[in-house]
Amino acid sequence: MKIYKNTGNIDTRSGFGAGLAELGKTNPNVVALCADLTGSLKMDEFKDNHPERFFQIGIAEANMICIAAGMTIGGKIPFTGTFANFSTGRVYDQIRQSVAYSGKNVKICASHAGLTLGEDGATHQILEDLGMMKMLPGMTVINTCDYNQTKAATLAIAEHEGPVYLRFGRPKVANFTPEDQKFEIGKAVHLTEGNDVTIIATGHLVWEALEAAKILDEKGISAEVINIHTIKPLDETAILKSIRKTKCVVTAEEHNFLGGLGESVARTLTLNHPAPQEFVATNDTFGESGEPLMLLDKYGLNAKAIIEKAEAVILRK
Amino acid sequence: MSTTQHLQDFVTQVRRDILRQVHQVNSGHPGGSLGCAEYFSVLYQDVMEYSVDFDMDGKNEDLFFLSNGHISPVFYSVLSRSGFFPVEELNTFRKIDSRLQGHPTTHEGLPGIRIASGSLGQGMSVAIGAAQTKKLNKDTHLIYSLHGDGELQEGQNWEAILYAGSKGVDNLIATIDYNKKQIDGATDDVLPLGNLKKKFEAFDWKVIELKAGNDITAIKEALEKAKGLTGKKQPVVILMETEMGNGVDFMMGTHAWHGKAPNDEQLEKALSQNLETLGDY
Repeated sequence: MKIYKNTGNIDTRSGFGAGLAELGKTNPNVVALCADLTGSLKMDEFKDNHPERFFQIGIAEANMICIAAGMTIGGKIPFTGTFANFSTGRVYDQIRQSVAYSGKNVKICASHAGLTLGEDGATHQILEDLGMMKMLPGMTVINTCDYNQTKAATLAIAEHEGPVYLRFGRPKVANFTPEDQKFEIGKAVHLTEGNDVTIIATGHLVWEALEAAKILDEKGISAEVINIHTIKPLDETAILKSIRKTKCVVTAEEHNFLGGLGESVARTLTLNHPAPQEFVATNDTFGESGEPLMLLDKYGLNAKAIIEKAEAVILRK
Repeated sequence: MSTTQHLQDFVTQVRRDILRQVHQVNSGHPGGSLGCAEYFSVLYQDVMEYSVDFDMDGKNEDLFFLSNGHISPVFYSVLSRSGFFPVEELNTFRKIDSRLQGHPTTHEGLPGIRIASGSLGQGMSVAIGAAQTKKLNKDTHLIYSLHGDGELQEGQNWEAILYAGSKGVDNLIATIDYNKKQIDGATDDVLPLGNLKKKFEAFDWKVIELKAGNDITAIKEALEKAKGLTGKKQPVVILMETEMGNGVDFMMGTHAWHGKAPNDEQLEKALSQNLETLGDY
């Protein structure tokens, strides 16, 4: 099987910061808004180089989302930055009315998503954001897996007309996708070929899926790993093609199983090609404080959990 | 510049439109709509610079944002009678397949509307965003916005008021429809707003008090005065005291007509107090 090399651990939020900095140079219509988390979102470079296009909103996320919506009127492309929890749950109604329903070209960029926020605990570790955002008509939902992909996605969403939710995280994780990749919204990325089980992963769990595939390979199980960076619109064609071959699937995400990628995949299967599925996701629970890797282990969101689910789902074929 | 007679006739016709729209579907919000008929008429007939060849970006024109979207009947009437879309379309208000949704939206592509509103408290922020884009585009035209007074109970307004004052958003003229009534009764009974003038001033806004908010001459003067205060590092707010249900005797002096349609008999009575001027749709 194809082996991916980690070129060095680096956080996905830094990929966002790098992408935004590049957009500052290349796209004069891009403006950035932040709710007192410039450093956390890695927006400093954009802020320092383009102060006239950087808007410090203060700790007022509702105001930020609607100011961003207003800024699109006249042709600006606003990128808002705050933690995923405050980017979604706190401002759901503002996004619903002023961004999604109004069809505004706002890019909601959300860091520190999921359990890997770690020690801050459940108040900040949102595990429902993908569900909330994917339920909004017209909203594109993206969850990137590493630094390079996050940078590429940041550049790509500036070119996409319409509201986008871009989700990434805080911890340093393996950087393994190509530096010069083309990011195609809505297009799945096949990482490994396999015949026994399909593993569909998003975000931080894509690397874990590759680690799981390596170990499964040693056990004589060949896994096809698909990186779904775009949860909506979902690349149903790629998913169905793989599952028609392998006949079973494990979905893996740093999110509640309710409302996440796994549910979208399950719907696709139900409507087109029913097949056994197992979910690597949190089980309708809040998180807690702790070291990120220990939390991922406790809540079953790592390679070990993916291997267990893969072995279980194969038996259900 | 419109003559006073034309504006009076326009307002009377707008009142008829409001009443007939709400009556024909037995739903909608006549009270606040009637209270703001003069403001909308002066704004669109006399004050704002705009093109009826609607373009969402609105570059090089003045833009208006309605935050309290439930008073859509007055907005629709004034937009159509100002040339944005056919007046006959008012007949589709709140009906299926209509561009005239219960609360205004861009979703159905109605010319003249740049953002959805209905869930209260968001319009001030949107107006600020549009104002900041005007500055980035070096466009010296102005942003106007209208907000209910009860709507100021939504906390997001105060985030926006703080921001606009602190950041000197001085190309924005917000108006508060200060009718002192809301669905459940008098604002002073539901949740008193206190001294709004002092509150806005404390947030570094320029405040204009308009006591005669249903007098077209007074509204015009207030808006002209507001324009004169723009570009001076401070946002401007007009506290416009209006009468909910203005122009229909039995709808005035009460909050009862906030969200209630007149029946056939009530409609006839209301229309008899506002005789046709520019032609019914």
